[in-house]
Amino acid sequence: MRIRVVHETSYTYEQPARGLIQILRLTPRDHDGQYIRRWRIDTSVDGRLTAREDGFGNVVHWFTPDEPADALVIRVTGEADTDDTHGVVRGAVERLPDPFYLRDTDFCGTSPELHALAQSAATGAADPLTMLHRLMDTVHRTVRFEAGPATAAVPAAKALAAGCGNPQDIAHVFIAAARHLGIPARYVAGYRARDDGEAEVEAPHGWAEALVPNLGWVAFDAVHDVSPSEQYIRLAMGLDYLGAAPIRGSRTGGGTETLDVKLRVEQGRAAVQC
Amino acid sequence: MKSMAAAAFDEMTGMGGIADPATLRDAYGRLKAWLDSTPPEHFNTRRSQAELLFRRIGITFAVYGDTESTERLIPFDIIPRVITRPEWDFLERGLKQRVTALNMFLKDVYGAQECIKAGIIPADLVYKNAHYRMEMRNFRVPHDLYVHIAGIDIVRTGEKDFFVLEDNARIPSGVSYMLENREVMLRLFPDLFSKHRVAPVENYPDALLATLRSLAPTSATRDPTVVLLTPGRYNSAFYEHSFLADKLGVELVEASDLFTKDDVVYMRTTEGPRRVDVIYRRLDDDFLDPLVFRPDSVLGVPGIMNAYERGSVTLANAVGTGISDDKAVYSYMPDIVRFFTGEEPILHNVPTYRCREKEAFAYVMDNLSELVVKEVNGSGGYGMLVGPHASKREIDDFAKKLRHAPDGFIAQPTLSLSTCPTFVASGVAPRHVDLRPFVLCGADQIRIVPGGLTRVALKEGSLVVNSSQGGGTKDTWVLDA
Repeated sequence: MRIRVVHETSYTYEQPARGLIQILRLTPRDHDGQYIRRWRIDTSVDGRLTAREDGFGNVVHWFTPDEPADALVIRVTGEADTDDTHGVVRGAVERLPDPFYLRDTDFCGTSPELHALAQSAATGAADPLTMLHRLMDTVHRTVRFEAGPATAAVPAAKALAAGCGNPQDIAHVFIAAARHLGIPARYVAGYRARDDGEAEVEAPHGWAEALVPNLGWVAFDAVHDVSPSEQYIRLAMGLDYLGAAPIRGSRTGGGTETLDVKLRVEQGRAAVQC
Repeated sequence: MKSMAAAAFDEMTGMGGIADPATLRDAYGRLKAWLDSTPPEHFNTRRSQAELLFRRIGITFAVYGDTESTERLIPFDIIPRVITRPEWDFLERGLKQRVTALNMFLKDVYGAQECIKAGIIPADLVYKNAHYRMEMRNFRVPHDLYVHIAGIDIVRTGEKDFFVLEDNARIPSGVSYMLENREVMLRLFPDLFSKHRVAPVENYPDALLATLRSLAPTSATRDPTVVLLTPGRYNSAFYEHSFLADKLGVELVEASDLFTKDDVVYMRTTEGPRRVDVIYRRLDDDFLDPLVFRPDSVLGVPGIMNAYERGSVTLANAVGTGISDDKAVYSYMPDIVRFFTGEEPILHNVPTYRCREKEAFAYVMDNLSELVVKEVNGSGGYGMLVGPHASKREIDDFAKKLRHAPDGFIAQPTLSLSTCPTFVASGVAPRHVDLRPFVLCGADQIRIVPGGLTRVALKEGSLVVNSSQGGGTKDTWVLDA
């Protein structure tokens, strides 16, 4: 499938913001089933944009405007070809040893309820893959999806108690439970094309990946209860949402900030096969 | 509890307990005579003078979770603790070896990871640890040094028996007490100093400054700018931060005084931005850079990690040294010392049961009333169980916690810490002590000021010396015979 992405994030500040730094994890990398045809990041103000790789292997851009800015638009345009790998992620850049992904974080800490959830999914499962699919199913049924900004994410235990959450919350619950079962798991930020073919999307998506023996990293999207298909573009990964957040920023002054996100994830015509 | 204190090694009288003057240890000869010949009223006067001096200097210590008073004075005991020169030389050799090994270990776990490949330490113990910072992987810190200031806690159990209790390789505090205690003692008892050859500690600020300057990135000028970064006045050690900045003659800065531009850290000054080369930061990793660590941190400097990774600034201590403070990692230190230095460890570890190991866990559960159980990531004496001093109920509650997360705990036998004569309500009595010497590791050399912070558990029989748990301090004398 060919997927075209136009992702515009606009910030407006009451007064010009000084010392603005934005960290962008908005550049996908190639791996089996994901080939980036073209990809670019534009900013509405002049500044320095430097690329580097973070500890996870994500491409990270640091953006610092030359002058204080009262508005900033970060515009990502790109095009990727994807194949359905049934969620299996091979050929991705891996920089960290597997046990690293067993670590608890503030967002993916445990609780007795999370343990119970993990155990109920694990009981009777013949192998880790079955276990993880059951876990995804359980999380999907237990934590109802409710649209909301990624920045509203809460710790997994809290999301579970509430019984609803945004994609970040739902992924965190899955990750915390998988880690409790001794399975390395991580958070993935990315884009997802809609099932109905419409291009307008609310926000970037988030899901989880877990390490399955003899198979490698496998993606699980508990929001939709599926292993990601060719509808997904993988942007960045982390221990939780924070480590993979598409944009993290900091500034001094500027007063109140208004944020507006416009995202189109468009499925290309199937005819373009050459 | 009484019997425990009696069984402990007393540093003044030797093994026999305080009642037996025949076994008086040489080092304490003059001190004992002084204690015996001075009328008690005199001591009481001196004690109140000491308290007055401290109040005037303003040494206070904020105790977390104490709502009544945010600041209080740490009790000071006017009887000095004595360490002989040969004992100190031994400690110094051991401390140098230990810090050298710590630095090699940290360089390795963030680089080649040979010690993990060689099976010296289990991989998951390192990688699963929250203090293992993946941001530090595969980037070289200036001069390959991670731990620049260590406050290694040492306990004594016998004439020749010293053990390392904790390595404190993150942000060790307490050095201001070492300096102030000495200053107050010099004022109160000048005659006592004239009768003893006490090694000076007053040069600590000079040693610290020389160390920090030596750590500047190679790109820095010959006169590097050093600053001390504090979380601010609400931090429990703020007094020490301002005290040290003053003694060092460097700027005391908060995050808002610093900013980054083009991968360089600058300090705002009245004469415009000034480039910063070395940051002695008294701020935890988690708060250092809101763009990389906790995003809600207002105490950190956005972009500082990027400047650090680009090699334009030195952070002392390095980011990610907390991995070696983990008490489960600590338990591997003897092997770590052997692996990296090729030598036998000079200073021993306290025997440690790792609750993550099945057999050890079973042993610990069966012997809770005998053991000290600690959280692997705990500090300051919080969240620990001292088995012999705990009630049945406390032990049962702790057992629950242990069963829930065995990986989070280690256990150690209850050490009979040495005692030193201490002033208490009833007169002079032995109380348990430990010692925190401060090891400074520069690019040029390792410096250790002879002495350190002696902490004393003021409650009879108590083994918890932490100031947050009612401990006091003493001046520590390294005596040239």
